[in-house]
Amino acid sequence: MSENTLDNPGLRLRASYHHVNREDEVNFGFWVFLMSDAIIFGLMFATYASMRHATAGGPGPTQLFDIGSVAIQTGALLLSSVVYGMASLAMKYGSGCRSVIAWLVLTLLLGLTFLGFEVHDFLTMFAAGGGPDRSGFTSAFFGLVPLHGLHVTSGCLWMVVLIVQMLRYGIDDDVRLGVQRLALFWHFLDIVWIVIFSLVYLGGLA
Amino acid sequence: MSLTQFIFGRLDLHSLPFWAMIEHPTLQNIVNGVIATGAASLVVIGAIATVALITYFGQWRYLWTEWLTSVDHKRIGIMYICIAFVMLARALIEAALMRTQQAFGLGGGFLSPHHFGELFTTHGTIMIFFMAMPFLIGLINIVMPLQIGTRDVSFPVMNSVSLGLTMAGAAIVMISLVVGRFSTGGWSGYPPYTEITFNPGVGPDYWIWAVSLSGLGTMMTGINFAVTIYKRRAPGMTLMRMPLFTWAALCTSILMIFAMPPLTVATLMLACDRYLGFHFFTNAAGGNMMNFANLFWLFGHPEVYILILPAFGVYSEVIPAFSGKVLYGYTSLVLATMAIAILSFAVWLHHFFTMGQSAAVNATFGIATMLIGLPTGVKIYGWMLTMFRGRIRFTVPMVYSLAFMMLFVIGGLSGIILANPSIDYQVHNTLFLVAHFHNMLIPGLLFGMLAGYHFWFPKAFGFRLNERWGMASALCWIFGFMFAFFPLYAAGLLGFPRRTVAYYNPIYVPYFAIAEFGALLVLTALACLVVQFVVSVVQRRENRVPAGDPWNANSLEWSVACPAPDYDFAVLPEVTARDAFMVAKEHGTAYLAPERFTDIEMPRNSPLGFILCVTGSCAAFGLVWHMWWLVALAMLATVGAMIWHGFVRDYEHIIPADEIRRDYMRWLQVVTAADPVARDEELVPRNTGLADVHETLEAAE
Repeated sequence: MSENTLDNPGLRLRASYHHVNREDEVNFGFWVFLMSDAIIFGLMFATYASMRHATAGGPGPTQLFDIGSVAIQTGALLLSSVVYGMASLAMKYGSGCRSVIAWLVLTLLLGLTFLGFEVHDFLTMFAAGGGPDRSGFTSAFFGLVPLHGLHVTSGCLWMVVLIVQMLRYGIDDDVRLGVQRLALFWHFLDIVWIVIFSLVYLGGLA
Repeated sequence: MSLTQFIFGRLDLHSLPFWAMIEHPTLQNIVNGVIATGAASLVVIGAIATVALITYFGQWRYLWTEWLTSVDHKRIGIMYICIAFVMLARALIEAALMRTQQAFGLGGGFLSPHHFGELFTTHGTIMIFFMAMPFLIGLINIVMPLQIGTRDVSFPVMNSVSLGLTMAGAAIVMISLVVGRFSTGGWSGYPPYTEITFNPGVGPDYWIWAVSLSGLGTMMTGINFAVTIYKRRAPGMTLMRMPLFTWAALCTSILMIFAMPPLTVATLMLACDRYLGFHFFTNAAGGNMMNFANLFWLFGHPEVYILILPAFGVYSEVIPAFSGKVLYGYTSLVLATMAIAILSFAVWLHHFFTMGQSAAVNATFGIATMLIGLPTGVKIYGWMLTMFRGRIRFTVPMVYSLAFMMLFVIGGLSGIILANPSIDYQVHNTLFLVAHFHNMLIPGLLFGMLAGYHFWFPKAFGFRLNERWGMASALCWIFGFMFAFFPLYAAGLLGFPRRTVAYYNPIYVPYFAIAEFGALLVLTALACLVVQFVVSVVQRRENRVPAGDPWNANSLEWSVACPAPDYDFAVLPEVTARDAFMVAKEHGTAYLAPERFTDIEMPRNSPLGFILCVTGSCAAFGLVWHMWWLVALAMLATVGAMIWHGFVRDYEHIIPADEIRRDYMRWLQVVTAADPVARDEELVPRNTGLADVHETLEAAE
């Protein structure tokens, strides 16, 4: 196991030759997937930027966004990344199943907090006549931000599955790979959120 | 909502292809109804016959364990190519139907405009997403792992999932023949025409979900191949020692990773517009249809190179093999391949020069487009110089390659013409464009795929294909293509718009008559391919090549038996040079038994790919027909299956070293007993797959 464990799940371009290192290979594959996913977000951002002013006489950012709620979401998500980092460290230094699970549950709770506030915001927007069918601007918003939310939701589901796997198998190679990949995914979503926060919310209200 | 509506959504009797002609029996309705019903019956009868035959021969278990759940890259590749051939047959018949309509289209013809619209939409959609893509992915699947000296791709189960999603997309297109009507919006599905306002029917929905499914599968394939090539190369197989086909596979995979997401984004945005009332591309409320054109071609142009690069790779293997040389200018060809892959992201705007952006923008993209001619030219010269002073044999793959080199240059020149925005304004949307891209894709893609099919068929199945019928087919393809599309250049310059069902000026008739003859020749080519396959299977005993190297070729895939064993390599090869197998043959080390065999870990079968194929097609069908219960059920099953897969732990099985030694020694006996053949005799039954090394050495000197 020790020779098979990497220091970190970073992006490694070199070939592994003689012995295919499964951990290296799987993590690299996930990095490549994230690049592909980043293209999707990039295009949604571009669409949003090009439709930002296509409000068609409907409500714009100032009428629709609630910066207080968004600030709480941002705090919850950023904090959840730190907590996930603790889970990764706990796994790396062999602190045992229970502490990894504890950190993951905390991450999950923060993720769910984020989602709760986000859904609340969406419902408020609907009520204010700013649903996706209102204008090009709201369409672009609801194409981009809930897409991120959907990613967070699948990340939460994945976390639950990993916790159940851990309870059943302990931290075996597959769980370890799962936790490493979910970490990449979770931090990636954090970065995407930072761009959403700056471009959509701060940019819209500025 | 009534119960029937809940269960069937908007599916009712009007969805059947013969209903219109029963309700309104006009002549045109009857003609179109009979054609559509005939096509639908073919699908239904074909499906029933397949099921009946499998049941009759009791092969369900075999099909399930050896194919549908298999994660062996070679079998997955073969299944991909099977999809490609079935879909090729359908789309080719549709093409011939369109040519016939236009040949008789003076003053009306026999097809209704709606039927014609469906034909050009399905033809394009199928040829790109369900013929070309499965064909090239299939070939890469079979060949690439063997070329780099590994036993499987990095993610074998994901490979099978990719296949499943492609299969689901193809199934949705086939189902659209039987119930409902496909989109009439062309393979590029431009809104606002495909928006709900103008197209409330199921057609665009069929298109959206078929394309989305296959796009998702292709994206995963790209990741899989790229990671395999980066991480699984045999010891010593540095990047600059990889065969050019593998280089092409790598570039294509990178394009898939970055170019499939725009397609997914475009189709899903259109779906949001149609299902949820979004305004991404609508005329009203701030929608912007030009954004669709941008997104679609941000995928669409790299896609052209996703299609063509693997064919370039095939030519780069076929031409050296049948010229008895190694590839000329390897490094420059690698650089050219990479240059094409990068430039392909910088030219998408040339698909809509007429959309109204400034002259400076058009000029920039026009120049970028012309630049692609440079690396492509490098490649053509590389292949020509490979042939120079070689010992060329005019086998079927070589004939395809030669036809490609001549025809592709013509197509490329018409591309340079179109790259000039001011000329493009004149010929935009005419048959000139249609002639141009068929001129690129038939020689540039299809000929390459067919050459690869003939070249590597022995590696997959252990016997050579019949040469005579293959040659007949190749000649019919080549001349059929020329007759079918060269007249369209002229008709396009005379102003004939593409996708036009009828016309009223007799000046076009002669051009369409010639094109119709070409279409018939191409149909003959398809028939010859079918006959060739049957004849080859019947004669397989005479054409076996168990020793593994029927063409005296250069790269590692020929260093193992034909067909390749499940685990590909008994012992992973050590690579010391480019064209590793040729070097080994020259040094007499190609057939040395390894000192030590070790156990091999291989992935177990997994049903996940097939499950996702079923749930994927159910979800898509439900979405098309608004059967929400089916969508919910299929989505739940999809997520459930993926979670279940996460709990699987026992996913590898061991092949014991003794078994591998036994297989290897048996093969070595075959090799020892084989009679080495010279290159000129490779088409006679005496060729059992062992090349005459003395001749190789002579050539080396």
